[in-house]
Amino acid sequence: MKHNVYIYILIMFAVSFLLRALPLTLIRKEIKNKYFRSFLYYVPYVTLAVMTFPAIMDLTGTPAAGLIALAAGMIAAYFGAGLFPTAAICSVIVFAVEFIASRP
Amino acid sequence: MDNQDKKSQAKKWFLKGLRDGIPIAAGYFAVSFALGITARNAGLTWYQAALASLLCNASAGEYAGFEVIASSGSYITMALITAIISARYMLMSITLSQKLAPETNTTQRLFVGFWVTDEIFGASSTVPGKLNPHYNYGLAVCSLSFWALGTSLGVVVGNILPALAVTALGVLLYGMFLAIIMPEGRKNKKVGLLIIISMALSFALSRLPNVSALGEGTRIIILTLLIAGTAAFVFPISDAKKEDGSFEA
Repeated sequence: MKHNVYIYILIMFAVSFLLRALPLTLIRKEIKNKYFRSFLYYVPYVTLAVMTFPAIMDLTGTPAAGLIALAAGMIAAYFGAGLFPTAAICSVIVFAVEFIASRP
Repeated sequence: MDNQDKKSQAKKWFLKGLRDGIPIAAGYFAVSFALGITARNAGLTWYQAALASLLCNASAGEYAGFEVIASSGSYITMALITAIISARYMLMSITLSQKLAPETNTTQRLFVGFWVTDEIFGASSTVPGKLNPHYNYGLAVCSLSFWALGTSLGVVVGNILPALAVTALGVLLYGMFLAIIMPEGRKNKKVGLLIIISMALSFALSRLPNVSALGEGTRIIILTLLIAGTAAFVFPISDAKKEDGSFEA
């Protein structure tokens, strides 16, 4: 089956918009269910961690470059580096390690 | 508050949003450039990528969506992955719904919801007192225009960049993900533990024979439901209010 890019984009839009807009328009009271609240709370951290590793290592030609960038990024973010600084540190490390590795 | 007063308040908050959105825009521009490279690899044109960014306003969500497109996944996979990865926006919207004045109308609520991102949520949820929706509009117009611009440029310029630079820029996104999860991992050791477990299991599932054939999207869904679902039972949050607040970081 051939998929249409615009239908893909429409689904991405519809789902993410509903998730964001429905709570704001419908739920005026706080959700009380402890389990559901806990689940929602943990979801982003688990998802983003799963997405980051091993993908960061598989993206780089030299796995070591991705691993070093991961370690450096985790340490930098742990000690309070923001979105952009952390991203930049990872990027520069991958560039440097891959550049060195690519030299004969 | 009379009408004139309301209008001047709206203008004041919109302009403040535009100003506060400048540093967010700078970060978005670089990160969305890398996202554009992912979009390009998925076969999207610059205007399709811009459309996706203007409509979805999501980093991880768009990235995962482009991966689904690249792997020609089913529409159901796309809906499921988008829902799972955007689950955090739902929580942010719940938090913001408490922050808006009760008289905020539905149209305004829809626009605030449409533009919920990690950074806009962070900036708007820390405003003292009730939140004027025009502040969110200002933040969004300033920062998310650069988000869409960067995504488009990533598609176009990704062509002429050497492979080494493309890889290095692609890593920007993973760095951004780390910047979102690590501060909470430090504050809450349970989250820190979950991050390590998630990475370990993700690696295991990607390497195990048979299981590795599942594909990245399915792996993300399975592991998220499994790990976050288990964690909710094992470590239910006791002071939900406080833990939600930490999303503001």
